[in-house]
Amino acid sequence: MSSPPSIVIVDDHALFRSGVRSEVEDLVDVVGEAGTVEEAVRTIGETRPDVVLLDVHMPGGGGVEVIRRVAASDPGQRFLALSVSDAAEDVIAVVRAGARGYVTKSISGEELAAAIGRVRDGDAVFSPRLAGFVLDAFAGSVPEEEIDPELDQLTMREREVLRMIARGYMYKEVAQQLDISPRTVEAHVSAVLRKLQLSNRHELSRWAAERRLVD
Amino acid sequence: MSRTGPERVSLAAGIAVTLIGGLLCLDQLDVLSIHDWVTAGWSGAFIWPLVLALAGAALLWAGTRRPAQAPDPPPYRTRLQPRPVAEPLPPADAQADAETRILDLYRGGFGIALVVGAALLFLTQIDALGAARDAAFTAIVAIFALALILAPFIWRLGRNLAEERAERVRSQERAEMAAHLHDSVLQTLTLMQKRADDPREVAALARRQERELRDWLAGEEEAGGDGGFAAALRSAAEEVEDAYLVQIEVVTVGDRPLDEAGGAVVGAAREALTNAAKFAAEGGPISVYAEAGATGVEAFIRDRGPGFDPDDAPPDRRGVRESIVGRMQRHGGSATIAAVPGAGTEVALRIEAAER
Repeated sequence: MSSPPSIVIVDDHALFRSGVRSEVEDLVDVVGEAGTVEEAVRTIGETRPDVVLLDVHMPGGGGVEVIRRVAASDPGQRFLALSVSDAAEDVIAVVRAGARGYVTKSISGEELAAAIGRVRDGDAVFSPRLAGFVLDAFAGSVPEEEIDPELDQLTMREREVLRMIARGYMYKEVAQQLDISPRTVEAHVSAVLRKLQLSNRHELSRWAAERRLVD
Repeated sequence: MSRTGPERVSLAAGIAVTLIGGLLCLDQLDVLSIHDWVTAGWSGAFIWPLVLALAGAALLWAGTRRPAQAPDPPPYRTRLQPRPVAEPLPPADAQADAETRILDLYRGGFGIALVVGAALLFLTQIDALGAARDAAFTAIVAIFALALILAPFIWRLGRNLAEERAERVRSQERAEMAAHLHDSVLQTLTLMQKRADDPREVAALARRQERELRDWLAGEEEAGGDGGFAAALRSAAEEVEDAYLVQIEVVTVGDRPLDEAGGAVVGAAREALTNAAKFAAEGGPISVYAEAGATGVEAFIRDRGPGFDPDDAPPDRRGVRESIVGRMQRHGGSATIAAVPGAGTEVALRIEAAER
């Protein structure tokens, strides 16, 4: 942890942007804000923040569109999705587009800052809810011949880690509980994120479509 | 388009009458001579026009007898003018409506033509029309021309009516949404302003409203719960949230119908949540995680409170513990209560269930 990470906040609600800003201002360096997709692409290009805090739902294509357009010129840009929406399909869509994690807007300022730090360092951030979504998405069986073991299945260990996160354990506590190092927990979570982004598992899209706005 | 019984009957009658009328015309023009072998003189002059006229009248009656559309209630108005939300597609019946209206139009025209034809035929047969035939022909041509001119207007009128109805349905939906927001969100916001000095109460109000709004957005069928295990667990958590003004995060994976095993887990989970809400609410949100599948249910309730040693618990907590562990055991499951390294307590509930 050297200097505090620089962030850009992208959300179409000005009230919410200022709320987040005041909560994390002491812990991170807020270098910009944006309220639309256009503005976001421009601001991110100009300020080149360590992490973009990205709202999932925005007029004009939402967070997915911002990621798509920024990635075209700067594939290394890191995003953390932040949303009130718990709709699985939206969350999975933004993570598959390239966000390195998802947290709900009810997160505390301190936790948010910690999550931003982890995304800056290239790790993945899974909230309990995202962990639940992923477990749900990777549940069930796939026909043998279609399985790409590299991408279409979670290992036992990854599943265990996700379950602990879904139960509300912090990474540190997961490590303690499973008797592994926190770095290993990070590695497992990053592996799950990669699978989530790269898996062509057809169930993943079907599953997301089936769960429109559940809860 | 499927036709109903009466419609089919009148259609058949119309076709039959057309055929008979055609034969009769041929007869009149001396191409056929049914005239001679059916009857001579007066009786023929009466019967065929009568048949035609009755058929025409029947068609007209069939058209008017259909029950008129119930008038739409006047749109509900509130002071809140809602923003137009996603415009619903024009309702499917507007389309069907226009179609039946056109059908009615055709049927009516056909009936009128039959009756007029019958009258003409009768007049010809008793020779009252001899001189007036030219005038009648002129009149028929004039009526035909008039029909050609009026048809597009009538057509447009029908379409405008359909559009108007669709618009009314839309504005009604908007009014309903406005009414709902008024009864729920605005009320809650007012309450929150009044209780601004009690953060816990405000948070609880906001959370309850959020839940209610989410359910409403998700649609009625999900709001009521589908009777599954996940929905029951969630509503148990909501009850505890409301009763103790705490925050509970519920994450569920999979689902199964709410049977005895699932019910036992929900009941025990409710006890565990109540316990956590009473003694450990200060530590932060309480987490609930449950996995339900074909073979059983597992649920974890974890708080970030001070934690306790189950064997060294005060009697009131032991009572709760009994009701959790005891309940699970009675249903053939198990419950373990463990202090989590760091802080807090986790209750783990497990039960196996028969596949459904």
